[in-house]
Amino acid sequence: MTAASLSILLITAALAPALCRLSRRVGSLVVAAVPLALGGWFMAVAGDALSGSGFAETWTWLPELGIDLAFRVDGLAITFALLICLIGSGVLLYASSYLSDNPRLGSFMGVLTAFMAAMLGLVLADNLLLLFVFWELTSITSFLLIGFDHERERARWASVQALLTTGLGGLALLAGLIMLGLAGGTWTISELDAARVLESDLYTPIAVLVLLGAFTKSAIFPFHYWLPNAMEAPSPVSALLHSATMVKAGVYLVARLNPTMAGPLVWDESLAILGGVTMVLGAFLATRQDQLKRILAYSTVSSLGTLMMLLGLGAAKAAATYLLAHAIFKGCLFLVAGSLTKATGEKDPDRLGGLMSRDPVLGGAAIFAALSMAGMFPLIGFVGKELVIKAGLSHPEWATFATVGVVVAGALTVMAALLVGVRPFMLAPASGSDLEWRAAPGWRQLTLPVALAAVGIVAGLAPGLYAEPLVGGMVASITPSSVPAEIRLRWFELLWPPSTATFLSVAALGIGTALFAWRRLYRVATGPVARLEILGPARAYDGVLAGVTWIAARQTRIVQNGSLQTYVRVMLLVVTVVVGLALSRSLDLDLLPDVAGDATALEGMLILALCGAALAAVMQKTALATVACLSGVGFVLAILFAMYGAPDLAMTQFSVETLLLIIFVLVLFHLPKYSNLTSRAFRLLDIGVAGVFGITFGLFVVAVLAGEPTSSVAEFHAENAVPGGFGRNIVNVILVDFRAMDTLGEIFVIGVAGIGVYTMLRPRGTWRKEAAS
Amino acid sequence: MNSVIFRSSTQVLLPFMLTVSVVVLFRGHNEPGGGFVGGLLAASGFALHAMAFGYRSAQDTLRIDPRVLIGVGLFIAAGSGIPSLLVGEAYLQGLWITLEPYGFPEPLKVGTPLAFDVGVYLLVLGAAFLMVCTLEEYRHDADDGS
Repeated sequence: MTAASLSILLITAALAPALCRLSRRVGSLVVAAVPLALGGWFMAVAGDALSGSGFAETWTWLPELGIDLAFRVDGLAITFALLICLIGSGVLLYASSYLSDNPRLGSFMGVLTAFMAAMLGLVLADNLLLLFVFWELTSITSFLLIGFDHERERARWASVQALLTTGLGGLALLAGLIMLGLAGGTWTISELDAARVLESDLYTPIAVLVLLGAFTKSAIFPFHYWLPNAMEAPSPVSALLHSATMVKAGVYLVARLNPTMAGPLVWDESLAILGGVTMVLGAFLATRQDQLKRILAYSTVSSLGTLMMLLGLGAAKAAATYLLAHAIFKGCLFLVAGSLTKATGEKDPDRLGGLMSRDPVLGGAAIFAALSMAGMFPLIGFVGKELVIKAGLSHPEWATFATVGVVVAGALTVMAALLVGVRPFMLAPASGSDLEWRAAPGWRQLTLPVALAAVGIVAGLAPGLYAEPLVGGMVASITPSSVPAEIRLRWFELLWPPSTATFLSVAALGIGTALFAWRRLYRVATGPVARLEILGPARAYDGVLAGVTWIAARQTRIVQNGSLQTYVRVMLLVVTVVVGLALSRSLDLDLLPDVAGDATALEGMLILALCGAALAAVMQKTALATVACLSGVGFVLAILFAMYGAPDLAMTQFSVETLLLIIFVLVLFHLPKYSNLTSRAFRLLDIGVAGVFGITFGLFVVAVLAGEPTSSVAEFHAENAVPGGFGRNIVNVILVDFRAMDTLGEIFVIGVAGIGVYTMLRPRGTWRKEAAS
Repeated sequence: MNSVIFRSSTQVLLPFMLTVSVVVLFRGHNEPGGGFVGGLLAASGFALHAMAFGYRSAQDTLRIDPRVLIGVGLFIAAGSGIPSLLVGEAYLQGLWITLEPYGFPEPLKVGTPLAFDVGVYLLVLGAAFLMVCTLEEYRHDADDGS
């Protein structure tokens, strides 16, 4: 059923365009219903998944390589599967209304469903390479969705940036996973031997490469730049891919491999430090934005950093809870932002206001989600934030660093949350701006935001329903113990009796609210700091991209410079060097036969004629004369062939020379005298190249003659030509029978060459038609 | 080229060369020759004709579009390997039958390699002649243009 769920999603993705063409309204509802049903199935089996190490399903794929379609549904997988299916279904529903007037709604639904299949495969896969396949598929579908509005240059640019960044990380990840498989002795993730990996010499490179993959995917500093730009995608995509699921693939990967890889130095400390930096940087940059979606994007970067940091600190419970909380409130806020922009055409939250009266349902959902994001009790966000602060406080080594970071980021997040979720609804509109309220969001746009806001409230009030089992299951997957822990997430227990964490949490709320109130002053004050961003990695991305293009152009100009003389020179030199090296290792001058001794007078004359024709060829003033001389060389060769008992070769040589001469005459008839002669230096160089080439090959031929005659092939052909091939002409029997396959390939090439000449020189019409007219 | 000698001799040479090319093709299995040389000989004959009377006249003499010859030749050569598949042998394995027509001094052997060679002949003729014609026409166009 696990593999079946993927197949069902993929089939739905393939059918989506057709369904939406039949009926945009009903078709999109059908597409959205499929992941909802799958979500129901995952809920039904959640009990099995959360007990012990879950359940597995394996299909044989490439048994020789040890790669199977292995799936395992455990606590971590089931949580992600539920997020993907349930949020995904709501997002599809939302998109059917959000993009209702877009002619490409069908393909959008299809790609979004295909993404869900890829993401689901990623979290269910229990094989390192299978996981990687799905990992790359999510990158590709993300690329397609960011660039969905492909007529805008900015969208195309952002999608390429996301693809290149995550693709680069994907390459590193592939190398890391292969090394991990070799070090761990198996491709099956659940059977990886942590002790073997930790002792392996490959441990450090594996950790670096896998983290590189995870950090690019999850937009961790210094790769955080692509995620805000990915907001060029339609809002449903931002909600599903770029906050709830895909960008969490990096977090998922780290969590999944944590039992195997967790260890000091590279793994834990990279996660803690870079995660912490990303957490603060993202939260700060979020408060500097003036567009709803960009604020949310940077705050997502901050949350991803928080999750990575928590995994590095070993705080599995806090990470699991915060992951769940974040997916719930951030998905809701992205959809609200999309609806607001669609209804008003406005992106700047400071130009929005007083919208509670316009749409109280949307406003209510937004406010609850924003409060959850800010960490207000009794919502699930409060529980998450409390646990994050506690994890920072209780860490033996990094307590100060982590706590300061968490509180600063927390305060800034409060400000961002108020700006996005509360400002447009509760406060008065900015003076002078006249707000329109064009496309009021219908039920399809409201369902998921309201549901997510409600889930945030229920999860906070009654965590025993789903939050506690899911978090427990995730913790079991993240930590090596794999025994589902007893998890308590009661908000009042965190609030009372008050602790340092409670105090810090309240302080963050207060500071954040104050910053929000005096945000104009705050923006002016932080301006100089924000300006430092132009020195950041986004610049590096542009620089590297420009550099690669520049190098490619340069090296093409050198390697493919269009000069036939250079090409020939290089080819001859390479062949000379290779053959010369081989000769220098095996050539024994004493063993060379006396090649000149037994030549007859006729042969001598022919060879003199050959040399004379060749010499004459290079002395000519016109191309035509040169070709005539070269033909002379060919004809003398043909006579030599005939004399040495190769009449077939001689005949063919004659015919080819004749035809070649005709063709050359046709081509060269109009060419003028050689006017553009090369300089003296180049001519000397060419003489040298030609001389060395000739001498090397002369020696080569003599050396071949001197060697032991390996005549087994020749004898076989001679003996079998009549009985096997019914022909006395061995050459022909070889061509049409023994080696007919080679001949078939050769005549194919000849045909292609003829058609190639025809198409290159005759771009218009056909001469049959012209002749008839 | 407007040489009368060249034109007259070409008119005699072309049938002769074509006959020789066919002889060369069919005797190839036992004597020097074969489809490749035969095709080249035939193409040379048509090339001579094209030089003497123009490529349009040569095309009209050949009657068949050389592009069609390329396709037909490849089809015959590739197809000649299929009968051996049908009797369970490897692709392109030669199959022979011996005919004893009345009046022939010795039995006549006919086999798929012969068909293969005919395919080679047609393809080589088509490809070489197509190149000659295309270049010849290109030259004419260049003349008109200048």
